[in-house]
Amino acid sequence: MAKSPKKYDVIIIGGGPAGLSAGIYTARARLSSLLVERGAVGGQIINAEWVENYPGFTESISGIDLTEAMHQQATRFGLETLVAEVTGIGNKDKQKVVKTSQGDFTAKAVIIAGGSERQKLGIPGEAEFTGKGVSYCATCDGPFFRDKVVAVVGGGNAAITEAIELAKFASEITVIHRRDELRATKILQERAFAERKIGFLWDSVLEEISGNNFVDKVRISNVKTKKKTALVVSGVFMSIGFKPNTTYLKDVVKLDDIGTVITNERMETNVPGIFAAGDVRSNSIRQVIAAAGDGAVAAISAEKYING
Amino acid sequence: MSKPVEIEEAKFDEAVLKAEVPVLVDFWAPWCGPCRMVAPVVEELAEDYDGSVTFVEVNVDNAPRIASQYGIMSIPTLMLFKGGKPVDTIIGFRPKEELKKILEAAL
Repeated sequence: MAKSPKKYDVIIIGGGPAGLSAGIYTARARLSSLLVERGAVGGQIINAEWVENYPGFTESISGIDLTEAMHQQATRFGLETLVAEVTGIGNKDKQKVVKTSQGDFTAKAVIIAGGSERQKLGIPGEAEFTGKGVSYCATCDGPFFRDKVVAVVGGGNAAITEAIELAKFASEITVIHRRDELRATKILQERAFAERKIGFLWDSVLEEISGNNFVDKVRISNVKTKKKTALVVSGVFMSIGFKPNTTYLKDVVKLDDIGTVITNERMETNVPGIFAAGDVRSNSIRQVIAAAGDGAVAAISAEKYING
Repeated sequence: MSKPVEIEEAKFDEAVLKAEVPVLVDFWAPWCGPCRMVAPVVEELAEDYDGSVTFVEVNVDNAPRIASQYGIMSIPTLMLFKGGKPVDTIIGFRPKEELKKILEAAL
């Protein structure tokens, strides 16, 4: 239950690769460190069945295994973890007050590493059929679509990884992408093009998802020809991008026009003592390795801020 | 201290449908990353609502019939049962406070 207000040197918000890396560094710097995470640690990368671009692993490692190892590593050096939702950051004397669903906690410095979540398209049928054919996680829901026809919406790394993942289960996968080429890394493109179950609908956007109890078709519009077509599918996997988890930060630190936190190269926000790292940060390249790097930089900057 | 209990398919009727108190069923699977996000929150709720709500886990790999009967096509899904019927379905991760409101409404 709610613990009494407790003081830390550093509070880290978010338990993905950025927050966990920051925790490894702050804990090793012998700063008392609390990581606040609303669910279990891991961040968005736990949706990835395999991570193949994080150095040091000759074979791929799952996102869960990678981040669990990071958490154990940080915990070994003394990082504490609290399951709570952060609702705001305030000031008291010279300390930061992190407001959470489990009470207030104070710290000399705060590292914001709350990451992002899947963007919703906001089209008719999307909310209604979420969990009834509409999915935001192929790793979680792929097995429910064995031998079924599905669509993947998007053309970035997450979308193409999911399409390849789904080829293990679904009988046919159509990637619906609004451009005429993919943004995904070339090696992922090569694999997707080589997979005969995967087809592509270029220059196309999803307009509506419909069905009775479950999804049975989608309406697609070609952005160039304006022609509308229907596609019969049982599943729609949404992978159109991410939005930062920064609603509680609007009046705390400076955000850019898409809501990500503006920092300099030392991961400092416009507020002294508040740092940001990972996908939550403006212009992040949204890769585990970059998040980990950001976390290390933020931790070292926080240490300098605290120790002067 | 009360912890969510994993139940087998054969025990579902007895443990969930015939329960005298509301039952929150956590549909999950070992290969589902976000399911691990939900588990610690459900564990905390199980402590907070010890005695007034029962918490069970259903591994969809081991209980395909139950999963399909309740139309589970996305996990994690939390389904709240009262008097043998599902009264609320929560798909994906939700903060603890939000889940509390759903439980309070059913009590």
